[in-house]
Amino acid sequence: MNDNEGDARHTKGFSRTWDYLRAVLGPLAALLGVIVLFTVADFLFADGTFGTFRNLRTITVQTCVIAVAALGMTLIVISGGIDLSAGTALSLAATVLAWGLREDIAVRVWHGDNFATASAKLEAAQQAVLAQQGQADSTASRREQFELRKMRLKAILVQKLEWSKSQLEEAPDDERAKLQSRITALESKLQRLDVPELVFRNDRAWQAGVPNSAWSAYVALAMGILAGVGAGLLNGFLISSLRVVPFIITLGTMTIYLGLGNMLSGSVPIRPSMEYHVPAWLSAITRNTPDALYWGFPYGVWMALILGLLLALVLRYSVFGRYVFALGSNESTARLCGINVAKYKIAVYALAGLFIGIAGVYQFSRLTVGNPQSGLGLELRIIAAVVIGGGSLSGGRGAVLGTLTGAAIMAVIASGCTQLGVENPVQDIILGTIIVGAVTLDQVRQRRWSRE
Amino acid sequence: MPLSDTSPLLEMRGVCKSFGPTKALQNVNLAVPRGAIMALIGENGAGKSTLMKVLSGAISPDAGEMRLDNALYAPKGPHQARTAGVSMIYQELNLAPDLSVEDNIMLGIERHRLGWLRRSEQHRQVQSALRQLGREDLDLATPVYRLSVGEQQLVEIARALVLEARLIVFDEPTSSLTGADVVRLFEVIDRLKQAGIGVVYISHFLEEIRKICDCYTVLRDGQTAGSGEIAGTTEEQIVALMVGRTVSELFPKIGHSPGDIVLKIDQLTGRKMPQHVSVELRRGEILGVAGLVGAGRTELLRTLFALDPVRQGTVRVAQIEPPHSPHARIRAGLGFVSEDRKTEGLAQSRSVADNLTYSRLSPYARLGWLNLRRRQAAVSDWMNRMQIKAQSSEQPVAALSGGNQQKVALARVLHQQADVLLLDEPTRGIDVGTKAEIYRLMGELAANGKAILFVSSYLPELLAVCDRIAVMSRGRVREVRPANAWTEEEIMSRAVSLEESLTHE
Repeated sequence: MNDNEGDARHTKGFSRTWDYLRAVLGPLAALLGVIVLFTVADFLFADGTFGTFRNLRTITVQTCVIAVAALGMTLIVISGGIDLSAGTALSLAATVLAWGLREDIAVRVWHGDNFATASAKLEAAQQAVLAQQGQADSTASRREQFELRKMRLKAILVQKLEWSKSQLEEAPDDERAKLQSRITALESKLQRLDVPELVFRNDRAWQAGVPNSAWSAYVALAMGILAGVGAGLLNGFLISSLRVVPFIITLGTMTIYLGLGNMLSGSVPIRPSMEYHVPAWLSAITRNTPDALYWGFPYGVWMALILGLLLALVLRYSVFGRYVFALGSNESTARLCGINVAKYKIAVYALAGLFIGIAGVYQFSRLTVGNPQSGLGLELRIIAAVVIGGGSLSGGRGAVLGTLTGAAIMAVIASGCTQLGVENPVQDIILGTIIVGAVTLDQVRQRRWSRE
Repeated sequence: MPLSDTSPLLEMRGVCKSFGPTKALQNVNLAVPRGAIMALIGENGAGKSTLMKVLSGAISPDAGEMRLDNALYAPKGPHQARTAGVSMIYQELNLAPDLSVEDNIMLGIERHRLGWLRRSEQHRQVQSALRQLGREDLDLATPVYRLSVGEQQLVEIARALVLEARLIVFDEPTSSLTGADVVRLFEVIDRLKQAGIGVVYISHFLEEIRKICDCYTVLRDGQTAGSGEIAGTTEEQIVALMVGRTVSELFPKIGHSPGDIVLKIDQLTGRKMPQHVSVELRRGEILGVAGLVGAGRTELLRTLFALDPVRQGTVRVAQIEPPHSPHARIRAGLGFVSEDRKTEGLAQSRSVADNLTYSRLSPYARLGWLNLRRRQAAVSDWMNRMQIKAQSSEQPVAALSGGNQQKVALARVLHQQADVLLLDEPTRGIDVGTKAEIYRLMGELAANGKAILFVSSYLPELLAVCDRIAVMSRGRVREVRPANAWTEEEIMSRAVSLEESLTHE
C-alpha cells in the first residue's frame, strides 16, 4: 500500500488526479459500504425494505438539511475556521421564515399591519366600547366572551364550507360524496349558530385576510435566508475585528442566535397554518409525495446538488475560492500576498451563512414549524459531515463531494439503525465511533503523505 | 580512563537518512576522540542538525551504526540518549523559566523516595556539578528567568553533568552570548575536556573553532566532506571543504549599475523596531543589510511591507507614499520574500501554481473566475525560467526541497512584477548550488533595473553580492558603506556596537 502510493506520487501528471480520487473515493467507498451493509443486514434480520429506492429516497431527503448547511461549513473549515453557531443560526432562519409566513409579512410590510392583527385590534376596540356602555360587570363580560367565541366558530365554519365547496368541483368521484356530506353537516351547524349579522361581518374581514398574500411566502423566504446570511456576517465581522478565535466567537453567537429565535417566537414553536400560510412550493422542497417528485426526487434534492456543484466551481475556478484555500492553508502567507484577510474571512462566513439560511428553509419545509430549539446540536452533525468527508479542522483541506458524502453516511447509518430496530443511544455511539474513525484514518493518511 | 585507549569515544559510521526524496545524510562518518573537542562544520542545510538529531535519538537513521565507548549505541529517543550519556545543549535553551536553578537541573531526574523529594541529595549533586564547572557561586533557588543567557546555558550544562554525560553536543552555543559570556563558556568547555568528556562543537565561526577545538569534521550536502586536526589546517582549506567550490563559482558576478532612487525610507520607526531608519535604494542596486539576530532587520522589511505597524517616518516608492497595507505595497511595486518559508512565506499545503500566483491572480481572472489554462501556461513558463524542480505545477510546495521552495517564493515576487525586492535571508537552509543560482538571479535582476534589499546573516554572501551594505543593531542602521569598503570583522564590530556611528555614510 505504502509503496503503491509512493509510486503513484512519483508518476508525473497522474499524481494530482490520483490524490483527488483518493481523497474523494475514501468517503464514497465508505458510503457504499454502509449502504450494502445495512441492505444485507436488513434483508437478514428485518423486513428487507432498507435497500428499496423508496427508502433511499427518504434518506436522501433527510440528508438535505445537514448537507446544505455542511456546504457552508466546508467553506468555513477550508478557510481554517469553524462555526459552532451553525445549528442555532439554521433554526433561527427557519423560525424567521415561519414567523414571516404566520404574520403574513408582505401585507404587514406594505400596509404596516395585517388582517389578523387589524382584526384583533378591532375586536379589542369593540370590547372597549361594550365595556364603556356599562356592561363591564363580570357576568356580562363572560357572556360577551361567549358571543365572541361563537362568532369565531361561525367564521371558521364558513371558511371550511367555502373551501369544501371549492374542492367539490375538482374532487374525484369517490371523494365527492364525502365532501358533500361534510358540506351538509357544516351547513346545519351554521344554522344552529346564532350570531348577529353585524358582528359577524366584522369577522369576515378577518377571515378574508387569512388566506394571505402570495407575496408573503417570498418575503418570508428572503427574510429567513437573510437571517442566515446576517448570522454569518456577524460571525465573520466579530472574528476578524476582535481577532478572537472562531471557536470562541461562534460559541458565543450560538447562544445569541438561540436567544434571538426564542425572542421572536416567544419560546413557543411558530406554527404557520398549512392551509393558509405555507404555499405548496415551500413544503414541496422535501415532500416525498408523488406529485412533488421530479426524476424520482423532490426538487430540494436537486437544488442541494446544484448548490454543491456551484460551490465546487467557486472553490476551484474563482479567485475567491483560491483565497479561501490560501487563508486556511496559511493565513500569514495570505496576508503577505496582499490578500485582505479580514475582508475574505467576513465573506467566507457570510457565504456560509447563505448556505445555512437555505438549510433553514429545508428544515422548515420538513418540520413546517419554526422552532429555535430545533437547531441545538445540529452544528456538531454539520461539522461531522465535513470532517467525515475529509475536511481538515486545521484548514486548507475539504471538498464538496466529500462533505455531501459525509452527510449521506450519517443519514444512512441513522436510518439503517432505525430500520434494524437499533435504539437511539446505540445509534449515537455508532455515529461517534465513525466520526473518530474517519478522522483518525484521515490523519494517518495525512501523516504518511507529508512525512518528512 | 586508560590513556592507551585510542578508540574514539563516539563513532558514527555510514549514517544515512532520507526525508521523502531528499537525502539529508548520505554515508556520514564521524569520530569524536576521547577528551577532545571536535568541531562540526558545515553550511546551513549541510546536514548538521539532522546528524545531531540522529545522535540525540530524535530521529532514527535509515542505515549506519553508532558506537559509544565501543558499545553499540542506538537510542530510541532523546531520553534514552541522555541516559546513555549523550546530552545536547541547543541554541534555544530548554529550561522551565519559573523553576529554580536546582529544579531545572534535576527536572525529570529528581532524586526521591516514594515520590518525596530528597532535597539534600539533590543539593549535593547540583552543587558538585556546578563546582565542576567552576560556578558554585550560582544561587540554587533563583528562578532561571532571572539569569543571564550565559548562566542559563550553564544550568543546561550542569544538567548534563548530573546525568553523567560522556558526550556533550553544543549547537551554536555562542550565537546569543555576549563577549564575556563567550569567554566563560570556553573555560567551561575546557573544564569538560579536562574531565574526559567528549565535546561536539557546532559553530559557524571559524575563529571560535580555531580557538577551542582540537579536530574538525566538515559536512557538505549531507556527506562528510573532510575531517582532520585543527592545527595545521588553514581557514581557506576548511571553507573550501564547506563550500565545495571556488568563490567565483559560488558568487557569479553580473554587472549592474545603480540608477535613480526608487525606494526612500525616512526616519522609519516601528512598534519596537526599526528605530529611525533612513535609507535610500536605487534601481539596479543591491543593498545588503547585516546585523545580529534580533537587530531589527526582519522588522525593517516587515514594516516596509506594511506587515508591521509604523510609529513614525515615511516610505516612498518612486516618490509616492503608498497606503499602509500589504496589498497597497504590492501594487506600489514592493515584493517581500519572508525568511520563514514554513510558517509564513508559503502556503505549504497548496500547489506550486497557487503559491506562485497568489499575489497576482488578476491577469487570469475575469469577473472573479479564473482561467486556469492561461494561468497554467504562465506558471509553467515561470517554473522553467526559475528552474523549479517539481513533478508538476499542481504539486504541494511542502513536497519540494528547500531550494525549490525558495525559488517558488522568489518567482512569486517576480510574477507580481515587483520593482523593489525585499529579501529576508533568501539563501537560508538551501543547498549551495541553488544559492549560486539565486546570487546569479539577483545580479540579473539588478542589471534589469530592479532594486534589492538583501537581509542576510551570512557575511561572505553579503560582501560578494551587494553594492552597499548597511549594518543594523538594536533597530537602528549604524552605518552604510559600499561593500568593498567593509570587511567581515568591521561589519561584526559595527553589529555589536551600541552607539551611532559618526561617519554616517
